[in-house]
Amino acid sequence: MNGLPGLYSVVGRTAVQTQFQYRTSNYLFMLGMVAEPVVYLVVWQTVADAQGGAVQGITAGDFAAYYIVWTLVRNMNIVFTPYGWEDRIRRGELSGRLVQPVHPLHFDLAYFAGWKVVVVLLWVPIAAVLALLFRPTFDVSPVEVLVFLVAIWGAYLIRSMLLWVLGMVTFWTTRVSALYELYFTAELLLSGRLLPLALLPAWAATAADWLPFRYTFGYPIEVLAGDLTTAQLWGGLAAQAAWVAIGAGLVAVVWRFGVRRYSAVGN
Amino acid sequence: MQALRLVGTYLRIGVQAELQYRSNVLFSVVQSLVAVGTSLAVLALVFSHTDDLGGWSGSELLVVMGVYVLLGGVLRSVVQPSMTQLMDDVQHGTLDFVLTKPADAMLLVSIRRIELWQAVDVLVGAGIVGYALTRLDTRPGALAVAGFAVALALGVVVLWAFWLLLTTAAFWVVRTDSLVELLSGMYQAGRWPVTIYPGWLRIGFTFLVPLAFAITVPAQALTGRLSGWLLLGAAAFTVALVAVTRWVWTLGVRAYSGASA
Repeated sequence: MNGLPGLYSVVGRTAVQTQFQYRTSNYLFMLGMVAEPVVYLVVWQTVADAQGGAVQGITAGDFAAYYIVWTLVRNMNIVFTPYGWEDRIRRGELSGRLVQPVHPLHFDLAYFAGWKVVVVLLWVPIAAVLALLFRPTFDVSPVEVLVFLVAIWGAYLIRSMLLWVLGMVTFWTTRVSALYELYFTAELLLSGRLLPLALLPAWAATAADWLPFRYTFGYPIEVLAGDLTTAQLWGGLAAQAAWVAIGAGLVAVVWRFGVRRYSAVGN
Repeated sequence: MQALRLVGTYLRIGVQAELQYRSNVLFSVVQSLVAVGTSLAVLALVFSHTDDLGGWSGSELLVVMGVYVLLGGVLRSVVQPSMTQLMDDVQHGTLDFVLTKPADAMLLVSIRRIELWQAVDVLVGAGIVGYALTRLDTRPGALAVAGFAVALALGVVVLWAFWLLLTTAAFWVVRTDSLVELLSGMYQAGRWPVTIYPGWLRIGFTFLVPLAFAITVPAQALTGRLSGWLLLGAAAFTVALVAVTRWVWTLGVRAYSGASA
């Protein structure tokens, strides 16, 4: 195979093989990540119990379904970290990518997409255990499964590109940690990662509607675990497509100006 | 006595090394404020839907959060840096330089590095606890405060011993970064009192990852939930954990093969 599809298939397969070598380390990492949703889940189930079984119509079983799907969406969401850009630039790792005739974004997209294959395989037993422990209630139609399978890749693309743009700020300054902290905090609160967006106060929920974060967490989760109408189901996909386009545009522009400032320090 | 002097010297050197990088304090402060702001927002969100979480009021949970932030600061400023160093040394064989020193090696590896600016969280955590106390319905008496001090000291020892215990796994498996990742993930669970977790999870957070003794018990002291027996149990657990850590450490050093391997 030639061209981009060829690149994706080779880089993706390399990622599968590499990451499968590190399966134990991958597994410990994933187990550590499970603590986060389990804590949220326990807290909200406790609240639901105290409120007579449901918070804003969300029952303990609904919360369990939400946070179990969360674990898969979160794993799909792991992309090249913006913190990695400092190394990339400082060690001159970008130099090699620059002489290749493909936009470097494709390598990251392909590599992390391949990694997902390993991650999803490792995820299945974790989800099974969580389901046994927390008794989720699911009510899923075939259409929802279909939309979900598309939506998790939409989430992957959006988050990849936004974090790429954020990481590229490193071209201008390396003092970025405060900026990243703020970004990730906004994401945590307004994406549906911390809590289902229905539980936010109205003004925050409105803000979340206009930001991309919910399309990388809350929306895909609710497709499977929530109760979306047909319009919301397809509308979400359309919004994801729009954010993918915006993300791609931002990457293209910021990359063009940023790479001019790149001077491969240390090589 | 000699051990105490040694700790004093090492800490002084560590602080001096860190004072060279004063501008880092700014980043630690920003980081700490963002983290605390997020935690407060989470508490506010939860309590906008309920006014009681497993028998704890909002102000009481603020105490738990303060202790969590405070001990997190201790963990990131003193415990974790030394443990990361230990892991690196085992991997590269440079632990030789510690083992050949005429002092207790387990003590030495625990105090070699500090990241002073991370200790900002200790102050912030203490501030949160102090503020929460002004909002409690019943102020803790002198006895409760003394119980808190003891429980907090035990908590520091528990966290240190537990982290060291897991880091010694490096003697056998070398790469333990993901283990650290796992632990940091688990530590987050201590943000809430372990009593809200369902039975099996509560047992896990009490004995497997000792968050209960480290964080919940000190918070219980300030909110009128601590009995003498519980404090005694915490002390017994701490002693047992340190003994186990000591034993595993001895085994680990024996398994360590040095730089020439």
